[in-house]
Amino acid sequence: MIEIEGLTKTFGSFQAVKGIDLTIAKGCVFGFVGPNGAGKSTTMSILATLAAPTSGTVKVGGFDVTQHPKEVRKRIGYMPDFFGVYDQFKTIEYLHFYGASYGIPKAEREELIPQLLELVNLSDKKDAYVDTLSRGMKQRLCLARCLVHDPDLLILDEPASGLDPRARIEMREILKELKAMGKTIIISSHILPELAEMVDEIGVIEHGSMVARGNISDIQSKLRVKRVLYVRLLDRLDEAESFLRDQPLVGRLLRDEQGIHVHYEGQDEEQAALLMGLISSGYRVVSFSEAQTNLEDVFLEITKGGENVV
Amino acid sequence: MSQIQAGGGLRHWRSKLINPVLDKEFRLRMRTSRAMWALFFYLFVIGAMTFGFIYIMTVMPSGSSNSFDPSQSRLMFYFICVVQLGLVAFMAPGLTAGVISGEREKQTLNLLLTTQQSSTTIILSKLFSSLSFMLLLVISTLPVYSVVFLYGGISPKQLLLVFLFFTFVMVVLGSLGILFSTLFKRTMVSVIVTYGATLFIFAGTGFLYLLMSQVMEMTQRNSGTGYNPADYGWIGHIAAWNPVAAMFSIFDDSITEQVFMTRGGSTPPPIALWQEFLLFYSAVAIIAIVMAIRYIRPRYKRSGNGKG
Repeated sequence: MIEIEGLTKTFGSFQAVKGIDLTIAKGCVFGFVGPNGAGKSTTMSILATLAAPTSGTVKVGGFDVTQHPKEVRKRIGYMPDFFGVYDQFKTIEYLHFYGASYGIPKAEREELIPQLLELVNLSDKKDAYVDTLSRGMKQRLCLARCLVHDPDLLILDEPASGLDPRARIEMREILKELKAMGKTIIISSHILPELAEMVDEIGVIEHGSMVARGNISDIQSKLRVKRVLYVRLLDRLDEAESFLRDQPLVGRLLRDEQGIHVHYEGQDEEQAALLMGLISSGYRVVSFSEAQTNLEDVFLEITKGGENVV
Repeated sequence: MSQIQAGGGLRHWRSKLINPVLDKEFRLRMRTSRAMWALFFYLFVIGAMTFGFIYIMTVMPSGSSNSFDPSQSRLMFYFICVVQLGLVAFMAPGLTAGVISGEREKQTLNLLLTTQQSSTTIILSKLFSSLSFMLLLVISTLPVYSVVFLYGGISPKQLLLVFLFFTFVMVVLGSLGILFSTLFKRTMVSVIVTYGATLFIFAGTGFLYLLMSQVMEMTQRNSGTGYNPADYGWIGHIAAWNPVAAMFSIFDDSITEQVFMTRGGSTPPPIALWQEFLLFYSAVAIIAIVMAIRYIRPRYKRSGNGKG
C-alpha cells in the first residue's frame, strides 16, 4: 500500500527526513513512533501530498505522490496532529461539505453520513455546531471526515494527543473497528503503549532516520532490553535486597511493600540459578516472575542517543 | 409534476454552478455577525458622506437660494464614486487577504487540500465568494445613488459603467489579496502587503505621474530644443495605472487627452485611460490568480502527468 524509497526532506539547511525506506502492506496497521521533531509528521504530510519530497520516491496504492497526487488523495484519509474545524458548521454539514469535496453525490452522502456518525459515536450531536463539541468529539469528527470517501489508507498523526483517558479509549476502540474493516492505517504517537494492542508493526524514527522497524517482540529481542524480574517475598525484604545486590548480573533494585523489582542482565540459566540461590538461602519466595518490558522501555532504549541502530 | 421537474432542474444547475467550496464560503460568511457589521459600516460611511456633501452644498453661500441643481448633482455623483472607490480599496484587501492564510492559521487548509477539489476551484471559489460579498456591499449603495437621480445630471449608462468599473477594481484587488494570502503564511503579513499594493495603485501611481510630469517638463524646458508637451506624452501611461484617473476618464474623455498631452493637438491619444487600465490590470489579475493557483499546493519538481 505504501512504498517509500530513499525519502529525504530538507527545509533550508535543516534535514527533517534523511533517507527513509519503508514498505507497508495492505491491511497492515503501522505504528510510527518517535520523539517530537523526529520527522514523523513531515513523512506523513508527504504521504498526504501536502509537502513535496526533496528526493526519493513515495507511492501510495502504486501511485507516485509527485506524479499522481489526485489519485493518491482519493486513496487516503488524513488526520493531522493539529487541525481546525469550521466552527459555524453543524456536525452533519461539516461531513456533507467534505463528502461533496470528494465528489460523493448528495443521495449517497445522506445514507453514508449517519453511518459514519454512528461509528464515531456522534449521532446525537449531528445538529450541534462544531464549535460546541469537546476536543475528543472534534477528534472523532475528524476521523469520520477521513472516512467519508472510504479510503484504503488512513494517515493518522497523533490521533490521541490532547485527549482525556476516556476519549483515548474511545478513539482506540474506533481504530480497532477500522482495523477489523481491513483499512491500512499508519498511525503516529509518542505514547507507545497505547498502540501496543492494535499495531502489527512499528517503525521508530529519530532525527529523520528510521532506527528500528518490525513487530514489537522482534524489536524487543533485537535490542536485548534488560529483563525486569519481580520477586515477591513473605518477609525479610531488607536482607533479600542486600542478598540480591551481591549477586552477579543484577542491576538496579526497586522496592515496594511486597517485593523487589530487579533489573537483570542474565539469560534463562542465570535467572534460574538466582531463584535457587534465594530459596537455598532461606528466603520465603511467594513469586518470582519476569515483568513484561513495555513499549516505553523499548522506545527509550532505541532512542537513547541513537546508539542502538537496528 | 412540472414544478417538481423545475425544482430538480434548478438543483441540477445549482450543483453545476456552486461547488462545495463556494457553497461553504457563502454559508459561513453569512453566518457570522461580521457580514452584517461590514454592510452597516459600508452604508453608514457612504450615506454619511453623501448627506454631508448635500448639507455643505446647500448651506454654502453660492449666491443662489438653498437649492441643489443638476451641475451640483453631477459633482455629487463624482464625489460618491470617489468615496465608493475608496471604500472598495479599503474593503477588498480586508475581505480577500486572509482567505487562504486564514484557513492555514485555523489549520483547516491542509484538510481542504487533501480533498478532490482542485487548486483552481479552491482559489476561484474563494475569490468569487469574496467578490460576491463586495458586490452585495456596492449594490446596497444604489439607494444612495438614487439621491443623485432625484436631482438629475447623470445618465443610467454612466451609473452602469461606473458600477462595472468598481467590479473590475474589486477583481484586481481581490486577486492580489488572494495571491498574497497564498504566498504569505500569516494573515497579518498578507493584509499589510495587500494594503501596501493597494496604496501604491491608488496613491503611488498618481504620485509617480505627477513627479514624472514635473521632471519631464523641466528637462524639456532646459533642453533648448523647443518645449513641446506632446514629446513626453508617454507619461500618460503611468496615469492609466491609477484607478481614480481611469474612472474619471469614463466620465470625461478630455482627461485622457490631458494626461497624454494631446489636447488641442492633431494627434489623438493612443488609448483611453480606462481602456489601458482594463488591459494592464486584467493582466495583473490573471497573473495573480495563476500564481495563487500554482502556489497553494506544494510544487513538485518532476512534471509528470498529474496535476495538483
